[in-house]
Amino acid sequence: MEDIIRVEDLTHTYSAGTPFCRNAVEHMDLSIRRGEFLGVIGHTGSGKSTLIQHLNGLLKPTEGRILLDGKDIWAEPKQIRSVRFRVGLVFQYPEYQLFEETVYKDIAFGPTNMGLSRAEVDARVRAAARFAGLSEALLDKSPFALSGGQKRRVAIAGVIAMEPEVLVLDEPTAGLDPQGREELLAHIRAYHKERGNTVVLVSHSMEEIARNVDRIVVLAHARVLMEGTPRAVFARGAELMQAGLDVPQVTRVAMALRDRGLAIDPAVYTVEELAAALLALRKGGAAC
Amino acid sequence: MLKDITLGQYFPGDTPAHRLDPRTKLLLTLLYIVALFSAKSVWAYLALALTLIVSARIARVSAKALLRGLRPVLIIIAFTAVLNLFYTPGRTLWEFWRLRITYEGARTAAAMMSRITLLIMGTFLLTYTTSPIQLTDGLESLLSPLKKLRLPVHELAMMMSIALRFIPTLIEETDKIMSAQKARGADFESGGLIRRAKALIPLLVPLFVSAFRRADELATAMECRCYHGGEGRTKLHVLRFAARDYLALALFLLLTAGSILLR
Repeated sequence: MEDIIRVEDLTHTYSAGTPFCRNAVEHMDLSIRRGEFLGVIGHTGSGKSTLIQHLNGLLKPTEGRILLDGKDIWAEPKQIRSVRFRVGLVFQYPEYQLFEETVYKDIAFGPTNMGLSRAEVDARVRAAARFAGLSEALLDKSPFALSGGQKRRVAIAGVIAMEPEVLVLDEPTAGLDPQGREELLAHIRAYHKERGNTVVLVSHSMEEIARNVDRIVVLAHARVLMEGTPRAVFARGAELMQAGLDVPQVTRVAMALRDRGLAIDPAVYTVEELAAALLALRKGGAAC
Repeated sequence: MLKDITLGQYFPGDTPAHRLDPRTKLLLTLLYIVALFSAKSVWAYLALALTLIVSARIARVSAKALLRGLRPVLIIIAFTAVLNLFYTPGRTLWEFWRLRITYEGARTAAAMMSRITLLIMGTFLLTYTTSPIQLTDGLESLLSPLKKLRLPVHELAMMMSIALRFIPTLIEETDKIMSAQKARGADFESGGLIRRAKALIPLLVPLFVSAFRRADELATAMECRCYHGGEGRTKLHVLRFAARDYLALALFLLLTAGSILLR
């Protein structure tokens, strides 16, 4: 698969030249492939939020480059707005950015800024609302009259409506109840499947990442700690824990079983996989 | 970008200037302002400038930080200087076409410029070395005699500290909302006045909503902890004058007295 975004030797320094200066991201190299579902995981303060704000040009690299389709996004600083339409970024707690009188108008804000025709905007708003699981009846309501979970979905629809080639979501499920969480992730999965667009999911929940993404990038201390398929990453569970990160509960069970002498692959990361592995063990008669 | 603005920003530190009682520092600033406005001679201005430099040295505040505070008022300073330069009657120093600079004008302009510069820098020194909490504490204590006149001093001080406390929070919030709207293609930087004003709506509506939400949450939190105003309330940090406070006050009293007497 070709790369849609390449991050080359990215460094970002906040408050340069003051006593408060610090590097939020240090010499980071990273590639995002076209059409993949990528998970970015890391501790609070590991540089996740800083990294993703570089992807659509909200922050300018102190050092290094961001390539979108092979072109440096800062080559023409005047054109940076067009980059923002191609790489859609949903911030943490995006429901606090809603401002319009109706849900419809709020979702239409992005596409309208793109200068699309009224009919095109209408089509996109309705499609985005469907992807986010918002019924037609909600479109005429005030966004401030909705529930927290619904507001969040309106905000996400507002970015989806721009039909970005890359959709970046920063902790989209933070503060939602388990059911709302699962629902939202199901909508995002469906969106990725149907559209085939690249999705980047930022989270600190290993469970969430494990169950959804094709590939994981682990950040720690402003650098990329590891990168690979969920299986490859979770196989290095001990290292992850050392970096202060969790592994999925199932992986932890598998690791504990292995420590007690069971021949189990420590990289299993779903309940189904572990169940299958245990059944296979029993059939093989290798159990203790 | 918004985070870079200095709005009475506190620089934490542990210098003698930081350790002074906030009431002392408020009084010192007041005395300094009185001295500035009564200064007439060049010597008085030099002494006042020297006082500022020494105080900044003691507080370990760099000249750069002090000068940065001047930036927003640069236009006002320039404006006053130009007005005084050309519109003060007196002996002619230089004349060209209809412009006339008088000896007195040049003198007043220089005096006004140094006065405003020193005034701003002096007050910045106060806010650089005193945290907002200390500042309102000191203010409340200094104004407490007015309680006899039924002035709600405690409530005013509380309002002030809450307002100060939320400035950084609101700036951060503004930054965040701005980024979020920019990510949806909002454009805050180009277009005419009306377009720019309109572009602020997606920023201001969420900002107001969240300010009200925060105020509501704070009120609930305060009520949960049985806040009921200043009546019978004791302090965690009781303000006490130390020897250094008396020394500083004595020095500044001398300075101000000298400035008034030397007119």
